[in-house]
Formats: sequence, structure tokens, C-alpha cells
Amino acid sequence: MKKILEGSRAIAETIKNIDPGVVSAYPITPQTHIVEDLAKMKADGEGKYEYVRTESEFAALSVLIGASAAGSRTYTATSSQGLLLMTEVIFCVSGMRLPIVMTDANRAISAPINIWNDQQDAVTMRDAGWIMLYGETNQEVCDLHVLAFKVAEQALIPVMVNLDGFVLTHTVEPVEIPDRTLIKKYLPDYQPTEKLDVKNPLTFGAFATPAHYMEIRQELHDDLAASKKLIAKEMANFKKLFGRDLNLVEYYGDRNADTVVVAMGSVIGTIKDTVDGLSHETRSIKHGLKKNKVGVLKVVSLRPLPIEEIIKAIGKKKNIIVIDKSVSLGEEGILAGELRRALFGQSKAKIVSIVMGLGGRDITPELIKKAIDLGKKTKENCVFIGK
Amino acid sequence: MKIKLTAKPGTSSQVKTGSWRELSYPETDHEKCIGCAMCEMACPEGICFKVGEQNSKGKFFYEADLDYCKGCGICAEVCPVKAITMKEEKK
Repeated sequence: MKKILEGSRAIAETIKNIDPGVVSAYPITPQTHIVEDLAKMKADGEGKYEYVRTESEFAALSVLIGASAAGSRTYTATSSQGLLLMTEVIFCVSGMRLPIVMTDANRAISAPINIWNDQQDAVTMRDAGWIMLYGETNQEVCDLHVLAFKVAEQALIPVMVNLDGFVLTHTVEPVEIPDRTLIKKYLPDYQPTEKLDVKNPLTFGAFATPAHYMEIRQELHDDLAASKKLIAKEMANFKKLFGRDLNLVEYYGDRNADTVVVAMGSVIGTIKDTVDGLSHETRSIKHGLKKNKVGVLKVVSLRPLPIEEIIKAIGKKKNIIVIDKSVSLGEEGILAGELRRALFGQSKAKIVSIVMGLGGRDITPELIKKAIDLGKKTKENCVFIGK
Repeated sequence: MKIKLTAKPGTSSQVKTGSWRELSYPETDHEKCIGCAMCEMACPEGICFKVGEQNSKGKFFYEADLDYCKGCGICAEVCPVKAITMKEEKK
């Protein structure tokens, strides 16, 4: 049954159905409603998890390290400065191979201080050894959380599920909350191979000298790269059970379009609408139909980056316009840089990075049209479009 | 994941950190040692201890375990009878 819910509430209800053992929380806008709702569910006796209120985000994730190492299924959520404060712990979680799942409600980072949406926070963590997924709608975000636990607990790699702060977290949409009994079928109880136990003491995150460190890092690298196949498999299993599509990348629009717009997250919805509008416009004036055709590529998984799938979907296009709500300062948008790397030697396309929507600036269909026009013409690698 | 990342308690003793020592190592003159335990209390690595043998004056003398000693020289500094001298490390 579909319910009309605020995005944060939908995520909280999904997490409740997933049955984590421990939820830790430290509030930060725009993630706060998620952990507030989980706190209320706990207080009302609906949530069976331990709910730990911590004194900082650093502590929130550290608490989960202990809980996860003790064999519990664990969850927390954060945003922006909170994520940055966690940085040290984020690397520890993946290094210790603990299958923690965390939601990041994407928000701009300081300075200047800004609480609105862009995607700079999470992309800053892309080298931390976490699987990083991006949802377009609240439905997809809820579904990705169920998938996240399934993948994390098999690959022993933590997963960060990203959604655009406010644009999704505070937006009321119809959502089918993944059903508790179906989740039980899809996601068996977490069975750690090793766990903290007073009767059989163990050290997690122990010291590694130059003789061992490198192989351990390489194994995390190899396993993260190999997790792509596992994610694809579990996405297919998800569809069989829940009936909804999840994909590593998703192509939308005319397959024969020579121009494609690439992005992550909720902006994909606006881009799809804009592109649909474009084909209407061309159809109505009955000429130049082919010239104006534009496709859209949604990237759901930033880590691992599904390079083969990207090449297959857009390798033969002429213009690739990448819209980023983040920027590697002095270079270009983060996803644009990733695409350039993925397509190097595999495509003759002109790749242009368009940086938009920083710090909550609206991305309107007009601005996307502007980005498409400019993207085809410009000789620059990276262009900012704000108005 | 094939590499075992956890460790049993006490296994860090397998990592012989004495190889990190660069400049000098402590040498104890057993005859001078009065068994006062100052070196044991001051050693940041906890590797100065009684070996259970007595010198000619009947004192149970102290020794540093060079498998783990990092050569910081604090023991030599605190020894009240200057029984410990730092000798040049020759690798």
C-alpha cells in the first residue's frame, strides 16, 4: 500500500522494518527528521532497536563500530558537517570491514555556512572505501536502504545511501514502504563470521606493520570493485521480490539521441521532465526533431563506479553533459571527472562539466535547457550555471 | 574477504618493534644496578624488568628487552646510579 509521507519519515519506516539492532543518532539538518522519527518509534514501542543518543557525529559512528563488531545490524544518518566530522571513523569502518549502513542527506558544506542541498559532502568521502548509492526519488531511496543492508552484510563493506537534503528529505511523496515480511525474506539476519565476545576476546582494527598493511588495503580495493556484480545481482533479486526496478545506471529517453545529460540524485527528475519538454517542443514545430533529441543517464552507484555499464549506455554519444551539484575546486564537477576517467579511450564524446545548484540554488528546467545548449557549444571543460 | 583482520589478545608481542630503533640501545652494567625499578617505571614500552638473576652484591638486576626497545634513552636518564648507558646502534 502506498502512503503519502515525508521522505525522512519514509526512510525511518523502512529502517524500522529492516530491524536494526542499534541505531545511533546525532541531529543535523536536513537529516534530523529521520533519526527523530526513529526515536519516536522507539519511544512508542514500535522500534525494537537500541537507540543511542551521542554527543557528536564522531561518536555516533564510533558507537556503531562497537555495535557492529559485536555482531549487531547498525544504522545512523548524517549530513554535511556531521559527515565531515565523522571522516576519521568513516575510514575505520571500511578498513575494519563492518557492514554499517548510513544515510547521508546531502547538504552543502562550510564555509560560508549553508544548510541547503548540494552534493559536496558525500563526494568528499568517495575514496573512503564505502559503497555509495544515490536515489532519485524517495521510493528509490527507501528501496536502496533495503539493498544496502543486503549488500553490506555479504560484502562486509559499509554502504552510504545518499539523498538530496530538503529536495527529498522534506518532500512529501507517495511511497510504498518495503514490507516487513518481504524484507525478512530478502534480508536474512546478520550473521557475522567474527564478533566481539567477552568469552573469546578479539581485537578489531589491530595494528598492521608495513609487512601486512598493503595487502589488507588491496583486498578492500578488490572487494569494493567486485561488489558491483553483487549489487547488480541483489538489485535483480530485489525486483523479483518487491517488483520495483533498481539499477546501477539508468538510461532514459531516446536511445539514438546524440546528446546525453548525466547526473546523480533528485535532479534527474527535473532533467527527465526538461528533456520530455524538449521533444514536445520539437514535435510541435515539426522539424529538427532528431537534432534536439537528448537522453538522460542516471548514475545510482558512484562507488563502485559501473564503468562498463556507463560505456555501454553512452559510449557512442557525441555530447556528454554532466551536471554536478559538487565540484573538485579548481578542477571540475566530481561526477564529470569520474565520467572522463571512465570513458577515456572508450568514447569520442565531448564531455562537459556543468556545476549547478550549489548551496541550495534552484535547478530549473530553464537552467537545464541552458546547460544543454551551452554544453554543446562551449569549449570550456567546466562551466558554472547559477542563473 | 580472505585476510583475517582480527587479532587474539597478546598477539602484538609477535611484532618485534625493536627493529624501529635507529640511534642507540641501552646497556646495563649489572654490577652497578641497585634493583630500584626506576627504569621499569619510566620505560614507555614496559620492557625493562628483572631477569631473575643476582649480581655479586646480591641485587636482582634489571635488563631491557631489545626485541621491543625503541632506544628512547629514558631509562638511562632516570637511572640514579648511572648503570645504564646508551650505546651506538650498529645495524
